[in-house]
This record gives sequence, C-alpha cells and structure tokens, in this order.
Amino acid sequence: MKVRDIELTANEFTGSLSERDDRPSLPGDFAIWIFIFAEMLAFGVLFITFAFARAGDVEMYNASQQTLNQTAGLINTILLITSSYFVACAVAAISSGNARHCANWLTGAVMLGGCFVAVKIFEFSEKIDSGISLSTNSFYMFYLSLTFFHLMHVLMGMVILGFIIVKARRGGYSRKQHTGVETGASFWHMVDLLWIILFPLVYIMH
Amino acid sequence: MQYQSQMVAKPYFIAAIALFTGQILFGLIMGLQYVIGDFLFPYLPFNIARMVHTNLLIVWLLFGFMGAAYYLVPEESETELFSPKLAIITFWIFLIAGVLTILGYLTLPYARLAEVTGNNLLATMGREFLEQPLPTKLGIVIVALSFLFNIGMTVLKGRKTAISIVLLLGLVGLAVFFLFAFYNPANLVKDKYYWWWVVHLWVEGVWELILGAILAFVLIKVTGVDREVVEKWLYVIITMTLISGLIGTGHHYYWIGAPEYWQWWGSVFSALEPIPFFMMTLFAFSMVNRRRRDHPNKAAVLWALGCSVMAFLGAGVWGFLHTLAPVNYYTHGTQLTAAHGHLAFFGAYALVVITMISYAMPVLRGRAANSRSAQLAEMWAFWLMSIAMLMITLLLTGAGIVQVWLQRMSTTPLGFMAVQDQVSIFYWLREGFGVMFLIGLITYISSFFIRDDKKPLTA
Repeated sequence: MKVRDIELTANEFTGSLSERDDRPSLPGDFAIWIFIFAEMLAFGVLFITFAFARAGDVEMYNASQQTLNQTAGLINTILLITSSYFVACAVAAISSGNARHCANWLTGAVMLGGCFVAVKIFEFSEKIDSGISLSTNSFYMFYLSLTFFHLMHVLMGMVILGFIIVKARRGGYSRKQHTGVETGASFWHMVDLLWIILFPLVYIMH
Repeated sequence: MQYQSQMVAKPYFIAAIALFTGQILFGLIMGLQYVIGDFLFPYLPFNIARMVHTNLLIVWLLFGFMGAAYYLVPEESETELFSPKLAIITFWIFLIAGVLTILGYLTLPYARLAEVTGNNLLATMGREFLEQPLPTKLGIVIVALSFLFNIGMTVLKGRKTAISIVLLLGLVGLAVFFLFAFYNPANLVKDKYYWWWVVHLWVEGVWELILGAILAFVLIKVTGVDREVVEKWLYVIITMTLISGLIGTGHHYYWIGAPEYWQWWGSVFSALEPIPFFMMTLFAFSMVNRRRRDHPNKAAVLWALGCSVMAFLGAGVWGFLHTLAPVNYYTHGTQLTAAHGHLAFFGAYALVVITMISYAMPVLRGRAANSRSAQLAEMWAFWLMSIAMLMITLLLTGAGIVQVWLQRMSTTPLGFMAVQDQVSIFYWLREGFGVMFLIGLITYISSFFIRDDKKPLTA
C-alpha cells in the first residue's frame, strides 16, 4: 500500500473525506457507506437466520414458498434493476454537467420505485386476504418481515431521491460537485442489491 | 463559561450527585437484605428498598440529562437559554416532587400511598420502575414539557447543530415514551408489552441518542477535533441505535404471551444492539487519538473513554449474552439480568452524566479544569467505581449461571429460595464490592471539596 493510499484511508475513516475530484475515492459521502455496511449486516443476519430456520423444516418452507406470487416478484426484480440503471444514468448525466437529465433519470427511477411499491402492496393484500399473517408459520413470518423491511427501504430511497431531484432541478449540483447524487445513488443500489438476494432466497430457491 | 444561563445546570448536577448517593446507600441495604433477609424489617422491606434504589437511579439520571442539556444547548446554539428562570422553577418542582415521592415510599405502606394519591382515578402504580404515584407522574410530564419548551426554544432561536438536534430528538422521545406510563391495561400481556415501550425504548432507544450527543459534545470540547467528523460519527451511531434498538424491543417479548415472531425479530435485531455501542467506543478513542489540543481536564477525558468502554461491556456484551431467544429461555429474569442491568446503567448512563459533570462543573466554578489533586481524586473514583461495578457484574453473572443450572437445567431442579441460599457467597462478595463502590463515590464527591491550591494538571 502506498503512503498516499494509507493517508487516504485514514482520512476516509475519520470522515474528513476531501471532495476534490482529483482523488480516487468512494462515490458519495463516506457516512453512507458505514450506513450501507450496517444495513447489509442487518439484512445479512436476517438472511442467515432464514436459512437456519429453513434447514429445520425444509418441507414446510418449500410448500409455503409455492404459494408465493413469483411473477409479481419477478416484475419487481425487473423494476428495481431498471431503476438502478436509471440512477446510474443520472450519476453519469450530472458527471457531465447535465442537471436536467440527471433529474429526469432520477424521476424515472422514483416512478419505477412507485410501481414496485404498488406491486408489493398488491402481493401483500393477496396474502392477507387468504388469511396469512406473521403467526401462520415461520416461513411466512420471514417472507412478510423481510419483504416489509425491504419495502420500507424502497420508500426511504424514494424520499432520498425525491430530495435530490428537487435540489438538482434548482441547480444544486454541478459536474464537479455532486456528492449528494452519488450518495443517494449508492443507497438506491443497496436497496436493489438487497432485493436481488432476497428474491431468489425467499421466492425461488428450494 | 460562554453563556451566563449555563449556570442553571449547576443545581441539577448537585441534585444528581446527591440522589446518586442515596441510590447507592439503598443498594447497599438491599445487597445486605439478599443475605440477611430480615435486615431492617419491618421498617424497610426489600421491595421498598428496591423501589427507592431504582427510582432514585432514574431520577438522578434525569437530573443529569437535564443539567447536561441546560449546559450544552446554549453553547451549541450560541445563545443564552430561552428562560433560565423557568429552568430553576422546573428544578425545584422536580426535586420537591422527587423527594416527596421517596418519602411517600418510605413512610406509607404502598397500598395506602396509592389510595391517598388517587390511583383509583387512573391506575398507573405497581409496575416496576413506574411505581410513582399519579401526581408524581403528572409532575414528570409537566417538568418534561417545560424543559423541552425551554430547550426547544433555545435551539430554535440559535445555531442548530447535529449535537443539539440529536439531543433534542432523544429528549422528545424520552417525554413521548413516558406517556405509556399512563397506559395500564388489565390484560397482563398488554400491560408488559407497553411497559417496555417506556423502559426499553428509553434505555435502548432514545436515551442512547442523549448519550451520543453528550459524549460527542464533551469529546469536541476536550479534543478539538473537527465538528464535521464528530457529527458524521454521531449520525451513523444513532442510525444504528435506532435500526437495532426499536425492533430489538422484541427481546423482552419472549415467553410473556406476545406473538412468537418476536422471538425471531427480537433475537436478530437485538443481536445488532452491541454495534452502536462498539462504534461509540471506537469513536471516543479515535477522537482522543486525533486530538488537536491537550485539554487540562484529564479527568473528563478518562470518564468519557471509560463511559464508552463500560457501556459497550455492560449494554453490548452483557446484553448480547442473554438476548437470543434460545438462551433467554433459560436465563430470563435471573441474576444475569441483574448483572447486565447494573453494568449497562452504570457504564452508559451514570458514567455519561459524570463525564458531563466532570467537564462542566469546573467551568461553572470559573476554571477550565480542576487542580491536579482534585483530578487525581476523580481518577481514583473512576477506577474504584468501575472496578467495583465490574466485579459486582461478574459476581452476579456467576450467581446467575449457578441459578440457571440449579433451578432450570438440572434434572432435579431446586426451588427459587433454595437456590438463593446456594448462591449466597456471590451476594456476600457483591456486597463487599458495593462498599468499594461507595468508597469510590465518596472519593468522587470529595474531589469537589479539594482546594484549588495547585496548578491544573498539564502533563
């Protein structure tokens, strides 16, 4: 490790990350990466607990899994991956100084996020109508909790992107200074990533 | 002292230390009652001593938090306190209400106290930590509202910093969750369910925000590290606290009649609760290592570092020890809980209040730091109290393990009282370290009276 790299790492750790563009660094604010790490840890523990619980009663888990709406899950996967692409386009747009395009891409991402929420609510209502609750069995408990916690993150991500859109439209970001866009994008990608693990784990694998 | 109105913090700090002393004395009495069951009976039964011990703890910590807020907020907001007069009136109301409540506990049978204080109008009494009579509970709400108004107005008219916002958020949460003290459903499961909304969401939720804010404030002052750095840490710590702590409430919902999913939710989320405490330890040491100045108040730095370590041990490690549902199945409500309770309250909350007092009191008395000998006395007090509390925790853990084994895991389980006899050696030793703790506390109090005849500690 070169001396400069060590210095950079130390700076990052203390949070005094310089926002100068000539230095290679993590995209977005350093604090969001600690936050992402913490979130991944929380979901990671939940995923492992799910796997552990499943091993105790594989048949019941497989049988319950069959009742899930995999089409809705697949549609949501496509929606989130596409929205992540839009967010990446937004970062590319602002990196070349185009704030209007950046805001448009982000608006597209938020709209796809909205579609995700709608599909998810439809899916939940289907399950609730058929009498499924957190207490039905541990598979449904995990299914409902994991997807609900994830849904909360989608909503939070939409709020974050919403703020960034408003700021971008007001000219708050530039080609050189757009840490906020990268911070929001990092969070959105995490929401996407969690779903990409959650979907096969809960809906598909048996 | 930058703002004259910060002076109102002083009576709060003095009251906090006085009530702390009372708490320890009652702790020692109870410690003896563990091994000599009829000690002071019938004048002071165990249940009353316990109530006074725990209620004094909460009240002195609240005095400490309020004092800390009155000291910290004007300085953070760069403006005088909205109303110093209101702060003093609130102080006396709270102190008188607190003292009357304790006297009520000590002089009247509890049922009689409930009768004369209108518990028949709205039954709120009789629950652990929330034993206060109705007028006291209403008094706490009034005091909290006037305090929040005063602090809130000060923040609004001045500079808004991350520290003051986080502190305010914690204090608002403290007031809001206390309202569940008035909800006392007849269904025992629901009763316990919402009771934890006060107890757990205080100590493993909003109080942690207060803790983080106070620690951050003192660390900025004694290390001179950039505010921007401290604020980032603070945000990450409180986010982790809320992610883990809110749903972590579930670790109190095992085996009480709440739905089974709480065993999963409670286990997973509360298993993450040590993380913010670990971050706080890293934060404190990293700030002190990167300090840009050598503050003459070495004692305050020691209290701050000690607070972060002991909080991690007490709340984090000892909490994790029995937080997973399969473990808690055996340990629920044993001496392991008492071990965790003691070290967590001491490490996280008693020490953060003392940290603040240690930093602020010399300033309130017109100097940056105390004399060398006064600081040395404080440092002795820190080590005496911390080692004593660690030993108390270890001994109660030992008692808890034996208790679980004899009472719950053995093929020929013994009854509760029979097991208590078996573990009495742990209780005797615990009492000894209780005395050591008291000596530490006396040393601490004496540090305030050591005359300022030498230069402040500089090395």
